[in-house]
Amino acid sequence: MSEANASATRITPGNALRPEDIALLETRPADAVAQYALWLGDDALILAQRLGWWISRAPELEEDVALANIALDQIGHARSFLTYAGRAWDKTEDDLAYFRREPEFRSVHLVEQPNGDFARTIARQLVVALYQWELYSRLVDSADPTLAAIAAKAVKEVDYHRDHSTQWVLRLALGTEESRRRMIAGLKLTWPYVEELFTDHPLIDELGETGVRPSSLRAPFDAALQAVLDEAELELPAVPGAVGGGRLGRHSEHLGYILAELQVLAREHPGASW
Amino acid sequence: MTGGSTTGDDGATAPSTGLQEARAAWPLWEVFVRSSRGLSHVHAGSLHAPDAEMAVRNARDLYTRRNEGVSLWVVPASAIITSDPDAKDSFFESPQGKDYRHATYYTKSEGVKHL
Repeated sequence: MSEANASATRITPGNALRPEDIALLETRPADAVAQYALWLGDDALILAQRLGWWISRAPELEEDVALANIALDQIGHARSFLTYAGRAWDKTEDDLAYFRREPEFRSVHLVEQPNGDFARTIARQLVVALYQWELYSRLVDSADPTLAAIAAKAVKEVDYHRDHSTQWVLRLALGTEESRRRMIAGLKLTWPYVEELFTDHPLIDELGETGVRPSSLRAPFDAALQAVLDEAELELPAVPGAVGGGRLGRHSEHLGYILAELQVLAREHPGASW
Repeated sequence: MTGGSTTGDDGATAPSTGLQEARAAWPLWEVFVRSSRGLSHVHAGSLHAPDAEMAVRNARDLYTRRNEGVSLWVVPASAIITSDPDAKDSFFESPQGKDYRHATYYTKSEGVKHL
Protein backbone atom coordinates (compact mmCIF):
# COMPACT_ATOMS: atom_id res chain seq x y z
CA MET A 1 0.00 0.00 0.00
CA SER A 2 3.02 2.26 -0.25
CA GLU A 3 1.67 3.65 -3.49
CA ALA A 4 -1.54 4.62 -1.76
CA ASN A 5 -0.30 8.06 -0.84
CA ALA A 6 0.31 8.90 -4.47
CA SER A 7 -1.64 11.73 -5.97
CA ALA A 8 -5.16 10.90 -7.03
CA THR A 9 -4.36 12.17 -10.47
CA ARG A 10 -1.95 9.30 -11.05
CA ILE A 11 -4.65 7.13 -12.48
CA THR A 12 -4.32 4.73 -15.36
CA PRO A 13 -6.93 2.50 -16.98
CA GLY A 14 -5.49 -0.63 -15.36
CA ASN A 15 -4.92 1.02 -12.01
CA ALA A 16 -8.02 3.00 -11.25
CA LEU A 17 -8.32 4.81 -7.96
CA ARG A 18 -9.82 2.57 -5.28
CA PRO A 19 -11.67 3.58 -2.10
CA GLU A 20 -8.82 2.02 -0.10
CA ASP A 21 -6.42 4.46 -1.74
CA ILE A 22 -8.70 7.41 -1.07
CA ALA A 23 -8.89 6.49 2.62
CA LEU A 24 -5.12 6.94 2.84
CA LEU A 25 -4.93 10.28 1.06
CA GLU A 26 -3.12 12.94 3.05
CA THR A 27 -5.26 15.75 1.72
CA ARG A 28 -8.59 16.35 3.38
CA PRO A 29 -11.45 17.80 1.39
CA ALA A 30 -12.93 21.10 2.52
CA ASP A 31 -16.33 20.77 4.14
CA ALA A 32 -18.15 21.99 1.01
CA VAL A 33 -16.30 19.47 -1.17
CA ALA A 34 -17.15 16.70 1.28
CA GLN A 35 -20.82 17.74 1.25
CA TYR A 36 -20.76 17.59 -2.54
CA ALA A 37 -19.15 14.13 -2.49
CA LEU A 38 -21.97 13.11 -0.16
CA TRP A 39 -24.55 14.20 -2.74
CA LEU A 40 -23.03 12.05 -5.44
CA GLY A 41 -22.17 9.15 -3.15
CA ASP A 42 -25.66 8.98 -1.66
CA ASP A 43 -27.26 9.01 -5.11
CA ALA A 44 -25.12 6.04 -6.13
CA LEU A 45 -25.62 4.16 -2.86
CA ILE A 46 -29.40 4.40 -2.76
CA LEU A 47 -29.71 3.57 -6.45
CA ALA A 48 -27.52 0.50 -5.93
CA GLN A 49 -29.68 -0.64 -3.04
CA ARG A 50 -32.79 -0.25 -5.19
CA LEU A 51 -31.23 -2.12 -8.12
CA GLY A 52 -30.04 -4.91 -5.86
CA TRP A 53 -33.67 -5.85 -5.29
CA TRP A 54 -33.78 -7.20 -8.84
CA ILE A 55 -31.20 -9.88 -8.14
CA SER A 56 -33.00 -13.20 -8.62
CA ARG A 57 -36.11 -11.35 -9.84
CA ALA A 58 -35.10 -10.04 -13.28
CA PRO A 59 -36.93 -11.35 -16.36
CA GLU A 60 -33.96 -13.53 -17.35
CA LEU A 61 -30.80 -14.75 -15.66
CA GLU A 62 -28.73 -12.68 -18.09
CA GLU A 63 -30.62 -9.51 -17.17
CA ASP A 64 -30.24 -10.40 -13.51
CA VAL A 65 -26.48 -10.27 -13.97
CA ALA A 66 -26.66 -7.05 -16.00
CA LEU A 67 -28.64 -5.20 -13.33
CA ALA A 68 -26.42 -6.60 -10.58
CA ASN A 69 -23.35 -5.39 -12.47
CA ILE A 70 -24.82 -1.91 -12.72
CA ALA A 71 -25.68 -1.95 -9.01
CA LEU A 72 -22.13 -3.01 -8.16
CA ASP A 73 -20.70 -0.24 -10.33
CA GLN A 74 -22.84 2.23 -8.40
CA ILE A 75 -21.69 0.80 -5.07
CA GLY A 76 -18.13 1.28 -6.26
CA HIS A 77 -18.81 4.94 -7.02
CA ALA A 78 -20.59 5.37 -3.69
CA ARG A 79 -17.65 3.84 -1.80
CA SER A 80 -15.20 6.25 -3.41
CA PHE A 81 -17.34 9.35 -2.88
CA LEU A 82 -18.28 8.45 0.70
CA THR A 83 -14.74 7.52 1.62
CA TYR A 84 -13.53 10.87 0.32
CA ALA A 85 -16.33 12.78 2.07
CA GLY A 86 -15.53 10.95 5.29
CA ARG A 87 -11.93 12.17 5.16
CA ALA A 88 -13.24 15.61 6.09
CA TRP A 89 -14.91 14.39 9.27
CA ASP A 90 -12.75 11.38 10.26
CA LYS A 91 -15.45 8.98 9.24
CA THR A 92 -15.23 5.81 7.16
CA GLU A 93 -17.43 4.90 4.22
CA ASP A 94 -19.24 2.47 6.53
CA ASP A 95 -19.84 5.15 9.16
CA LEU A 96 -21.54 7.25 6.52
CA ALA A 97 -23.47 4.48 4.80
CA TYR A 98 -24.66 2.59 7.86
CA PHE A 99 -24.82 5.06 10.71
CA ARG A 100 -26.43 8.18 9.32
CA ARG A 101 -30.12 8.81 9.80
CA GLU A 102 -32.55 9.49 6.99
CA PRO A 103 -32.41 13.34 7.16
CA GLU A 104 -28.62 13.15 6.90
CA PHE A 105 -28.77 11.52 3.49
CA ARG A 106 -28.38 13.85 0.51
CA SER A 107 -29.65 11.65 -2.33
CA VAL A 108 -32.24 12.89 -4.80
CA HIS A 109 -35.78 11.53 -4.74
CA LEU A 110 -35.37 9.85 -8.13
CA VAL A 111 -33.06 7.12 -6.85
CA GLU A 112 -35.33 6.16 -3.97
CA GLN A 113 -38.37 5.68 -6.20
CA PRO A 114 -39.78 2.14 -6.24
CA ASN A 115 -38.57 -0.29 -8.89
CA GLY A 116 -42.10 -0.96 -10.11
CA ASP A 117 -42.06 -3.31 -13.07
CA PHE A 118 -39.01 -3.82 -15.27
CA ALA A 119 -40.02 -0.97 -17.58
CA ARG A 120 -40.25 1.49 -14.70
CA THR A 121 -36.81 0.46 -13.47
CA ILE A 122 -35.47 0.91 -16.99
CA ALA A 123 -37.05 4.37 -17.24
CA ARG A 124 -35.36 5.38 -13.98
CA GLN A 125 -32.09 3.85 -15.20
CA LEU A 126 -32.24 5.79 -18.44
CA VAL A 127 -32.70 9.09 -16.63
CA VAL A 128 -30.04 8.36 -14.02
CA ALA A 129 -27.51 7.10 -16.54
CA LEU A 130 -27.92 10.03 -18.91
CA TYR A 131 -27.68 12.46 -15.99
CA GLN A 132 -24.68 10.77 -14.40
CA TRP A 133 -22.87 10.57 -17.72
CA GLU A 134 -23.28 14.30 -18.35
CA LEU A 135 -22.21 14.99 -14.76
CA TYR A 136 -19.16 12.72 -14.59
CA SER A 137 -17.92 13.62 -18.06
CA ARG A 138 -17.60 17.19 -16.74
CA LEU A 139 -16.45 16.32 -13.24
CA VAL A 140 -13.31 14.76 -14.75
CA ASP A 141 -12.17 18.39 -15.16
CA SER A 142 -12.82 19.24 -11.52
CA ALA A 143 -10.26 21.37 -9.72
CA ASP A 144 -10.29 18.65 -7.04
CA PRO A 145 -8.04 15.82 -8.29
CA THR A 146 -9.74 13.12 -6.23
CA LEU A 147 -13.23 13.98 -7.47
CA ALA A 148 -11.79 14.10 -11.00
CA ALA A 149 -10.23 10.66 -10.58
CA ILE A 150 -13.43 9.12 -9.20
CA ALA A 151 -15.37 10.63 -12.11
CA ALA A 152 -12.82 9.33 -14.62
CA LYS A 153 -13.47 5.77 -13.48
CA ALA A 154 -17.22 6.24 -13.11
CA VAL A 155 -17.86 7.85 -16.47
CA LYS A 156 -16.73 4.75 -18.36
CA GLU A 157 -19.01 2.52 -16.34
CA VAL A 158 -21.96 4.89 -16.59
CA ASP A 159 -21.45 4.98 -20.36
CA TYR A 160 -22.35 1.30 -20.34
CA HIS A 161 -25.36 1.93 -18.08
CA ARG A 162 -26.53 4.47 -20.65
CA ASP A 163 -26.27 1.92 -23.40
CA HIS A 164 -28.00 -0.79 -21.36
CA SER A 165 -31.03 1.34 -20.52
CA THR A 166 -31.23 2.79 -24.04
CA GLN A 167 -31.29 -0.68 -25.59
CA TRP A 168 -34.10 -1.73 -23.30
CA VAL A 169 -36.14 1.44 -23.81
CA LEU A 170 -36.00 0.81 -27.57
CA ARG A 171 -37.02 -2.81 -27.22
CA LEU A 172 -39.81 -2.18 -24.76
CA ALA A 173 -41.18 0.85 -26.60
CA LEU A 174 -41.03 -0.79 -30.02
CA GLY A 175 -41.83 -4.31 -28.82
CA THR A 176 -45.34 -5.46 -28.09
CA GLU A 177 -48.37 -3.36 -27.28
CA GLU A 178 -48.02 -4.44 -23.65
CA SER A 179 -44.32 -3.63 -23.38
CA ARG A 180 -44.91 -0.22 -24.97
CA ARG A 181 -47.74 0.51 -22.55
CA ARG A 182 -45.46 -0.36 -19.63
CA MET A 183 -42.57 1.74 -20.99
CA ILE A 184 -44.82 4.78 -21.36
CA ALA A 185 -46.21 4.24 -17.86
CA GLY A 186 -42.71 3.84 -16.44
CA LEU A 187 -41.51 7.09 -17.98
CA LYS A 188 -44.53 8.94 -16.71
CA LEU A 189 -43.93 7.72 -13.14
CA THR A 190 -40.25 8.66 -13.36
CA TRP A 191 -40.62 12.08 -14.90
CA PRO A 192 -41.69 14.11 -11.83
CA TYR A 193 -38.32 13.37 -10.21
CA VAL A 194 -36.17 14.62 -13.09
CA GLU A 195 -36.33 18.31 -12.26
CA GLU A 196 -34.64 17.91 -8.88
CA LEU A 197 -31.48 16.59 -10.57
CA PHE A 198 -30.88 19.97 -12.17
CA THR A 199 -31.71 22.23 -9.24
CA ASP A 200 -28.83 24.42 -8.08
CA HIS A 201 -28.13 24.80 -4.37
CA PRO A 202 -26.02 27.38 -2.53
CA LEU A 203 -23.36 24.70 -2.01
CA ILE A 204 -22.59 24.81 -5.74
CA ASP A 205 -21.61 28.49 -5.48
CA GLU A 206 -19.10 27.63 -2.77
CA LEU A 207 -17.51 24.94 -4.91
CA GLY A 208 -16.46 27.03 -7.89
CA GLU A 209 -14.47 24.92 -10.34
CA THR A 210 -14.62 21.88 -8.06
CA GLY A 211 -18.23 20.90 -8.69
CA VAL A 212 -20.52 20.79 -11.68
CA ARG A 213 -23.47 23.18 -11.68
CA PRO A 214 -26.61 20.98 -11.96
CA SER A 215 -28.54 23.49 -14.06
CA SER A 216 -25.75 23.45 -16.66
CA LEU A 217 -26.45 19.78 -17.31
CA ARG A 218 -30.10 20.24 -18.23
CA ALA A 219 -29.67 21.14 -21.89
CA PRO A 220 -27.27 18.29 -22.78
CA PHE A 221 -29.41 15.87 -20.76
CA ASP A 222 -32.56 16.95 -22.58
CA ALA A 223 -30.86 16.55 -25.95
CA ALA A 224 -29.56 13.06 -25.10
CA LEU A 225 -32.93 11.97 -23.74
CA GLN A 226 -34.80 13.37 -26.72
CA ALA A 227 -32.57 11.38 -29.07
CA VAL A 228 -33.50 8.15 -27.29
CA LEU A 229 -37.20 9.03 -27.14
CA ASP A 230 -37.26 9.91 -30.84
CA GLU A 231 -35.74 6.58 -31.77
CA ALA A 232 -38.17 4.80 -29.46
CA GLU A 233 -41.10 6.83 -30.85
CA LEU A 234 -41.95 8.05 -27.38
CA GLU A 235 -42.96 11.48 -26.16
CA LEU A 236 -41.86 13.40 -23.11
CA PRO A 237 -44.43 12.78 -20.38
CA ALA A 238 -46.61 15.81 -19.72
CA VAL A 239 -46.53 15.62 -15.95
CA PRO A 240 -45.39 18.33 -13.54
CA GLY A 241 -42.29 18.01 -11.40
CA ALA A 242 -42.53 16.76 -7.82
CA VAL A 243 -41.28 18.67 -4.82
CA GLY A 244 -37.67 17.68 -4.26
CA GLY A 245 -35.49 18.44 -1.28
CA GLY A 246 -33.25 15.39 -1.16
CA ARG A 247 -30.11 17.56 -1.14
CA LEU A 248 -31.46 19.19 2.01
CA GLY A 249 -32.23 15.87 3.67
CA ARG A 250 -35.96 15.98 2.98
CA HIS A 251 -36.94 12.62 1.52
CA SER A 252 -40.00 10.77 0.33
CA GLU A 253 -41.52 7.98 2.38
CA HIS A 254 -39.43 5.39 0.56
CA LEU A 255 -35.97 6.21 1.87
CA GLY A 256 -36.69 5.11 5.43
CA TYR A 257 -37.55 1.59 4.29
CA ILE A 258 -34.50 1.43 2.04
CA LEU A 259 -32.21 2.49 4.88
CA ALA A 260 -33.82 0.06 7.31
CA GLU A 261 -32.86 -2.79 5.02
CA LEU A 262 -29.47 -1.34 4.10
CA GLN A 263 -28.41 -0.58 7.65
CA VAL A 264 -29.97 -3.27 9.81
CA LEU A 265 -27.06 -5.71 9.77
CA ALA A 266 -24.38 -3.13 10.52
CA ARG A 267 -26.47 -1.66 13.33
CA GLU A 268 -27.41 -5.02 14.86
CA HIS A 269 -23.79 -6.09 14.90
CA PRO A 270 -21.62 -2.95 15.16
CA GLY A 271 -18.06 -3.56 14.05
CA ALA A 272 -18.85 -6.92 12.50
CA SER A 273 -16.94 -7.81 9.35
CA TRP A 274 -17.80 -10.38 6.76
CA MET B 1 -39.10 -8.95 -22.70
CA THR B 2 -41.69 -10.88 -20.81
CA GLY B 3 -45.32 -10.18 -21.42
CA GLY B 4 -45.91 -10.08 -17.71
CA SER B 5 -42.79 -10.00 -15.62
CA THR B 6 -42.15 -9.50 -11.98
CA THR B 7 -43.87 -6.30 -11.09
CA GLY B 8 -41.61 -4.90 -8.46
CA ASP B 9 -42.03 -4.07 -4.83
CA ASP B 10 -45.40 -5.68 -4.37
CA GLY B 11 -43.86 -8.98 -5.40
CA ALA B 12 -46.78 -9.95 -7.65
CA THR B 13 -46.00 -12.14 -10.61
CA ALA B 14 -47.76 -12.76 -13.86
CA PRO B 15 -49.42 -16.07 -14.70
CA SER B 16 -46.77 -18.60 -15.56
CA THR B 17 -47.98 -19.04 -19.13
CA GLY B 18 -46.78 -15.55 -20.08
CA LEU B 19 -43.40 -16.22 -18.57
CA GLN B 20 -43.05 -19.58 -20.31
CA GLU B 21 -43.81 -18.07 -23.68
CA ALA B 22 -41.29 -15.31 -23.09
CA ARG B 23 -38.59 -17.78 -22.12
CA ALA B 24 -39.19 -19.74 -25.25
CA ALA B 25 -38.87 -16.51 -27.24
CA TRP B 26 -35.29 -15.79 -26.11
CA PRO B 27 -33.00 -17.81 -28.36
CA LEU B 28 -29.70 -19.38 -27.33
CA TRP B 29 -26.41 -17.83 -28.41
CA GLU B 30 -22.91 -19.27 -28.34
CA VAL B 31 -20.21 -16.92 -27.08
CA PHE B 32 -16.62 -16.74 -28.26
CA VAL B 33 -14.05 -14.61 -26.46
CA ARG B 34 -10.64 -13.55 -27.64
CA SER B 35 -8.34 -12.83 -24.73
CA SER B 36 -5.76 -10.10 -24.91
CA ARG B 37 -3.00 -12.65 -25.39
CA GLY B 38 -4.98 -15.05 -27.56
CA LEU B 39 -4.85 -15.06 -31.32
CA SER B 40 -8.23 -16.59 -31.90
CA HIS B 41 -11.69 -16.51 -30.37
CA VAL B 42 -12.34 -19.41 -28.04
CA HIS B 43 -15.75 -20.78 -27.15
CA ALA B 44 -16.62 -19.54 -23.67
CA GLY B 45 -20.19 -20.72 -23.19
CA SER B 46 -23.71 -19.79 -24.12
CA LEU B 47 -26.48 -17.44 -23.05
CA HIS B 48 -30.01 -16.35 -23.81
CA ALA B 49 -30.78 -12.98 -25.39
CA PRO B 50 -33.69 -11.53 -27.33
CA ASP B 51 -31.53 -10.42 -30.26
CA ALA B 52 -27.94 -10.15 -31.47
CA GLU B 53 -27.20 -6.72 -29.99
CA MET B 54 -28.40 -7.74 -26.55
CA ALA B 55 -26.51 -11.01 -26.88
CA VAL B 56 -23.22 -9.12 -27.25
CA ARG B 57 -24.05 -7.04 -24.18
CA ASN B 58 -25.07 -10.06 -22.14
CA ALA B 59 -21.86 -11.76 -23.22
CA ARG B 60 -19.91 -8.77 -21.99
CA ASP B 61 -21.63 -9.03 -18.60
CA LEU B 62 -21.33 -12.79 -18.27
CA TYR B 63 -18.00 -13.67 -19.86
CA THR B 64 -15.70 -10.64 -19.55
CA ARG B 65 -16.21 -9.75 -15.88
CA ARG B 66 -12.59 -10.38 -14.99
CA ASN B 67 -10.77 -8.78 -17.88
CA GLU B 68 -10.91 -11.97 -19.90
CA GLY B 69 -11.42 -10.50 -23.30
CA VAL B 70 -10.73 -7.84 -25.86
CA SER B 71 -13.16 -9.11 -28.47
CA LEU B 72 -16.46 -11.00 -28.44
CA TRP B 73 -18.37 -13.00 -31.00
CA VAL B 74 -21.91 -14.24 -30.50
CA VAL B 75 -23.43 -16.76 -32.86
CA PRO B 76 -27.01 -18.03 -32.87
CA ALA B 77 -26.72 -21.55 -31.52
CA SER B 78 -29.09 -22.62 -34.28
CA ALA B 79 -26.54 -21.47 -36.88
CA ILE B 80 -23.93 -23.93 -35.68
CA ILE B 81 -23.90 -27.24 -37.51
CA THR B 82 -22.51 -29.98 -35.33
CA SER B 83 -21.03 -33.35 -36.14
CA ASP B 84 -23.23 -36.28 -35.27
CA PRO B 85 -22.24 -37.66 -31.84
CA ASP B 86 -23.47 -41.12 -32.87
CA ALA B 87 -21.15 -41.17 -35.88
CA LYS B 88 -18.08 -40.85 -33.67
CA ASP B 89 -16.37 -43.97 -34.93
CA SER B 90 -16.44 -43.27 -38.61
CA PHE B 91 -15.83 -39.56 -38.08
CA PHE B 92 -12.92 -39.50 -35.70
CA GLU B 93 -11.24 -42.86 -35.51
CA SER B 94 -10.02 -43.04 -39.08
CA PRO B 95 -6.71 -41.20 -38.37
CA GLN B 96 -5.71 -43.86 -35.87
CA GLY B 97 -2.86 -45.94 -37.24
CA LYS B 98 -2.08 -43.39 -39.91
CA ASP B 99 1.13 -42.21 -38.37
CA TYR B 100 2.40 -40.97 -41.69
CA ARG B 101 0.13 -37.95 -41.23
CA HIS B 102 2.46 -36.74 -38.48
CA ALA B 103 5.79 -35.12 -39.29
CA THR B 104 7.49 -37.32 -36.68
CA TYR B 105 6.78 -40.39 -38.82
CA TYR B 106 9.46 -39.40 -41.26
CA THR B 107 13.18 -39.75 -40.78
CA LYS B 108 15.55 -37.09 -41.89
CA SER B 109 17.40 -37.83 -45.09
CA GLU B 110 21.13 -37.64 -44.91
CA GLY B 111 22.62 -34.28 -45.76
CA VAL B 112 19.39 -32.29 -45.28
CA LYS B 113 20.06 -29.20 -43.21
CA HIS B 114 17.87 -26.78 -41.28
CA LEU B 115 15.16 -29.24 -40.32
